[in-house]
Amino acid sequence: MRLILSLLATLVFALPAAAKEMHPHGPEGGWKHKGVFGSYDRGALQRGLLVYKQVCAACHALNLVAYRNLAMLGYSEDEIKTIAAEKRVKDGPNDQGEMFDRPARPSDPFVAPFANDQAARVANGGALPPDLSLIIKARHGGENYVYSLLTGFGETPPADMKILPGMNYNPYFPGGQIAMPPPLAADDLVSYSDGTKATKEQMAKDVVQFLAWAAEPHMEQRKRIGIRVMLFLLVLTGVFYAAKRQLWRDVH
Amino acid sequence: MSSKHVTSFKGITGWIDQRLPIFTLMQNEYGSFPTPRNFNYLWNFGAISLFMLLLMIGSGVVLAMHYTADTHLSFNSVERLMRDVNYGWLLRYMHMNGASMFFLAVYIHLFRGMYYGSYKEPRELLWILGVLILFLMIATAFMGYVLPWGQMSFWAATVITNLMSAIPLVGDPIVTWLWGGFSVDNPTLTRFYALHYLLPFVIFGVVFLHIAALHVCGSNNPLGIEPKSEKDTLPFHPYYTMKDTFGLCVFLMLYAVFIFWMPNALGHPDNSIPANPMMTPPHIVPEWYFLPFYAILRSFTIDIGIPFTHIVLISSKLGGVILMVTSIAVGFVLPWLDTSPVRSARFRPLYRIFFWVFVADSILLGYLGSQPPEGIYVIISQIAMAYYFAHFFLVIPLLSKYEKPLPVPKSIHEAIGSGA
Ligand code: HEC
Ligand code: HEM
Repeated sequence: MRLILSLLATLVFALPAAAKEMHPHGPEGGWKHKGVFGSYDRGALQRGLLVYKQVCAACHALNLVAYRNLAMLGYSEDEIKTIAAEKRVKDGPNDQGEMFDRPARPSDPFVAPFANDQAARVANGGALPPDLSLIIKARHGGENYVYSLLTGFGETPPADMKILPGMNYNPYFPGGQIAMPPPLAADDLVSYSDGTKATKEQMAKDVVQFLAWAAEPHMEQRKRIGIRVMLFLLVLTGVFYAAKRQLWRDVH
Repeated sequence: MSSKHVTSFKGITGWIDQRLPIFTLMQNEYGSFPTPRNFNYLWNFGAISLFMLLLMIGSGVVLAMHYTADTHLSFNSVERLMRDVNYGWLLRYMHMNGASMFFLAVYIHLFRGMYYGSYKEPRELLWILGVLILFLMIATAFMGYVLPWGQMSFWAATVITNLMSAIPLVGDPIVTWLWGGFSVDNPTLTRFYALHYLLPFVIFGVVFLHIAALHVCGSNNPLGIEPKSEKDTLPFHPYYTMKDTFGLCVFLMLYAVFIFWMPNALGHPDNSIPANPMMTPPHIVPEWYFLPFYAILRSFTIDIGIPFTHIVLISSKLGGVILMVTSIAVGFVLPWLDTSPVRSARFRPLYRIFFWVFVADSILLGYLGSQPPEGIYVIISQIAMAYYFAHFFLVIPLLSKYEKPLPVPKSIHEAIGSGA
């Protein structure tokens, strides 16, 4: 009966995982940060940041990430100051009671491209580009979905599908039509300083890893602590099992 | 002092115990408390459930220090906790997955009770308190899920509170009263927060009564027969404290796998999107532990009225609500539906089979609850729902009457001695 119970438990847990959209897939070789010991690839994160800054940031905010968090990607304090200072933010009021512009500081969250949702819609033909801070957690399929979405443009739509004005065919997006123009339509939209060739797939792969980090910045710490907790529990379980065996020896 | 209580403790402990016999109480209830010697590991889940309740209260109190109940701030306050508070992610993932593990433990605990007939005389009240705890847990978890104010939080709150509108005549005013307005909004969130903080302590109180009742009539056991002599029992400590701790450790490992490696596997992606009252998600689904009840809720699809008129007596919505509440409340009368004198399914060859069919039916309902209410799923849900109730109102009473139980052993130590 114990076996049946454990089978049932597995079943119950497997249920909510079911997803419906056209099967998203990851890049060849999968994701380095997945798996029990998987950690983020710092090089990919830095390249992904570049893609985000130079492509996605034209439309998408990243409100939950602050420039100071980039220290986790391996940037020094000065580098972070420089990255932050590329953008300007409104601050104030000052002693004169006036609002003023200043360069962003490491403690500021990533500066959003639009002042508000309405402005973002106006600039995007009525569609709202979502904040990307949690996008990997906020979609079924996570990394694979966003990767497939980014690389899934450019195919011919089925004959019976009418693509509305301002929309683009993408078989991975629910409904098949998305208001986002293909953001990674050509190779070499960015130039990587580490010599990696910026193909469409490479840029998609890098930015997805960057976004995975943005959604779960503590994933590495989490797994590290997890391994210690598991080892501790294993030992503890062993000790209590032995003690219990010893104690119950004469009872059975 | 005319106190009849004479403490057996010495020193400071004795001084306290003479005046307030908590140590004697602990000693009697958890130390020497005679416990059947033949428990299997399913008997661990009571202790595990209690541990999870305490852990939820502990993690919840600290979460509450960082949480802000305001429709504009809640979502980000939880994210700030996850990102900027030391080990905040750990706290939140413990609480989030802790709710699932708590329900898992309680469900196993409860099915254990059904398998071994633990609800029967003299443990009816003990069982009824358990059903009450389940109701309170459901309310608590539902309101907790609303707090992070994601898309699923908001829409689950909307769907579930809307159910009250099915109550004839006073339904709509009740919903407005629950919401504190004309839709789920800030007043709803703040009251849910207050209640989410309060209810776990109410649960704790009921758990105390549950355990007090247990200690009056003693534990049931896999054979379902009462211990008759000292040969049938063991002192709770150290035998069961040790066994329970071992079982708890194994359970904690499963819990840790979720916290550290798949913290979001049991959740819904939509709850990582801030609540948006203008955008309904394509599928509104509750957490896994509510799915069977959700399937029952949706399985009632017709309005019952007076024929040839437009008068509706029970709308499909009201019918669904009644069924859903009944599906849990049926636990209150289970001790009187099952009149078989034999407790344990071990000696009830037919009941044993039907028990597993019932478990399978409950899991099937859980699956159906996660699917859209369309086409074939509706019909299967209705059959599964009908069987769920048939189990309680037909199968169990009929079995009580016609099943021929196997001979029950005379005593626990004899049964163990003979290798049963
Ligand atoms: C020209 C503006 C623009 C740029 C540049 C852009 N996007 Fe978008 N994006 C949009 C709009 C608009 C939407 C909303 C689409 C809709 O709802 O139909 C969107 C939606 C999305 C979505 C959500 C899809 C869903 O499932 O809802 C993701 C993920 C996304 N973009 C990723 C990116 C990434 C990564 C980049 C950079 C490589 C990028 N976008 C660049 C405008 C843009
Ligand atoms: C019976 C015990 C409890 C259960 C079953 C329970 C369940 C839940 C659930 C399911 C959530 C949503 C988690 C998420 O998706 O993020 C939640 C959130 C929350 N709970 Fe509890 N809870 C319990 C006890 C408590 C207690 C005692 C407190 C406070 C003292 C508390 C405070 C909170 C807070 C502040 C949140 C919002 C933060 C968050 O969403 O992570 N909980 N609870």
